[in-house]
Amino acid sequence: MSRMTMGQSKHAEPFWEATKEKKLMYQYCTATDKPVFYPRQISPYSLKDTLEWRESSGKGEVYAVTVVHKPSMPMYMPKVPYAVAIVELDEGYRMMTEIVNADVEKVKVGDRVKVTWEELSGGKNYPVFEPDA
Amino acid sequence: MAIDPTYMKGKAAIVGVTDRVSPTGVLGVPERQLEMEMIGEALEDAGLTIADVDGICAAGFMMPSMELAEHLGITPRWTNSTMTGGSSFEVHVQQAAAAIALGQAEVVVSVYAQTPRARGKGLGDMSAMMGMMDQSNPMPMVEWEMPAGNVMPGGAYALAASRHMAKYGTTSEQLAQIAVSTREWACKNPRARYQEPITIDDVLASPMISTPLRRLDCCLVTDGAGAFVMTSAERAKDLKKKPIYVLGTGTAHDHAMMISQMPDLATTPGVISGREAFKQADLTPNDVDLLMSYDSFTITVALSIEDLGFCPKGEVGAFVEDGKLGPGGSFPVNTSGGGLSYTHPGMYGMFLIVEAVRQLRGECDDRQLDNPKVAIAHGCGGVLSCTSTAILGTEDAL
Repeated sequence: MSRMTMGQSKHAEPFWEATKEKKLMYQYCTATDKPVFYPRQISPYSLKDTLEWRESSGKGEVYAVTVVHKPSMPMYMPKVPYAVAIVELDEGYRMMTEIVNADVEKVKVGDRVKVTWEELSGGKNYPVFEPDA
Repeated sequence: MAIDPTYMKGKAAIVGVTDRVSPTGVLGVPERQLEMEMIGEALEDAGLTIADVDGICAAGFMMPSMELAEHLGITPRWTNSTMTGGSSFEVHVQQAAAAIALGQAEVVVSVYAQTPRARGKGLGDMSAMMGMMDQSNPMPMVEWEMPAGNVMPGGAYALAASRHMAKYGTTSEQLAQIAVSTREWACKNPRARYQEPITIDDVLASPMISTPLRRLDCCLVTDGAGAFVMTSAERAKDLKKKPIYVLGTGTAHDHAMMISQMPDLATTPGVISGREAFKQADLTPNDVDLLMSYDSFTITVALSIEDLGFCPKGEVGAFVEDGKLGPGGSFPVNTSGGGLSYTHPGMYGMFLIVEAVRQLRGECDDRQLDNPKVAIAHGCGGVLSCTSTAILGTEDAL
């Protein structure tokens, strides 16, 4: 299954490169002790270059979830129904993703999930999540 | 010295409104032509001409108010191209009222026309945006949300609805009641796109788009256009129609197009825009006779009702389920039939203002409320991102 990936930003290269080794990275502002996601060039909290890359545990919980029946993008049609979620990682940041390897209609807010990977081109991987039993 | 928060109250008034919709949803007129016709009709409604206009507002891509003024052949001394999606026109109310209060403009026009049906494209079509994109510097949404396959924009609202349901126990039936009540109003509006009654079962039986939102939880995609004219309270007194005063306004946003960046998916920035508007108007939710709430989706209305303070946080399900939003109910909402049943060309906020003014003037025939004095036009742009609240009222509300 291919995904709509329309570009990867230069400053997020550490994120995408790490996916080759199936590592989930996020930024951390050392000046203010806060996680930052999505990746930035400059910390939104200090307004300085006080960001460092850290590896996430890849574990978290479902913050919000929807099961898609009528996708906007035709290339996602073969996947329906599939679960799109916002996951809150244990490090305290949120990301949008898909919940896989699950009965999609039963995925609910608060469920524990962990990262798993789906192959993209160029050896990179896309982070999706699955139930963390 | 601090400015009195109520300084703005009643300094400016909306004196002309118009809109153009079609029962088929298709207008078959180019957007620029519609804009010209809307400006002409709104000025005629006010008893003014284009020669009176010294301030101009438009929303859209690039430099919309400049393009519009060039087309009109006018030289405004005040301009506003604020683009916050569906709430743009409430922001125009706020900023035009401020400009008029400060003497920076005397007669301001805001106009909107969009014909998605003519283009044959839905709101979810993003090909134009993608075509302009630099692959090494994509918009954050393209890089961090689009690959997940979320429905745009409906999936963002679906995620918010899922959060509200999980946190507060709101049900699909309760959201469906919002669509049902709104349709009851549309049945009283001969200009509405849909005028056949629907039931909660109809909503629940309509095709699932992205859980928990079904087709009938979603707004229409129609062509449409509208405009308003605003002037000073002083000048308004001598014009054709009863002035509808700007009592208070507020605008806030807490993310842009990425719903994953919204701080709390069950609470919109309407908490802030509403608070500011009520403070300026020196009014409370109890004083409001009509809420014209953005209704891109049923959940949009639900969150707006809570965040503006019409019921406590988390209790909107129980608040709406008795049908009080509909005709004869104790809390009328979206009397035109709303974006759910009247019209929705993409940035619906203009139609909230037009209907609020018509109700306050008493021009709404079968759906006319009994002598309303205070109405709110509450726009919501992006994906629950930018709310703008405009409290309008008759002379009695001053």
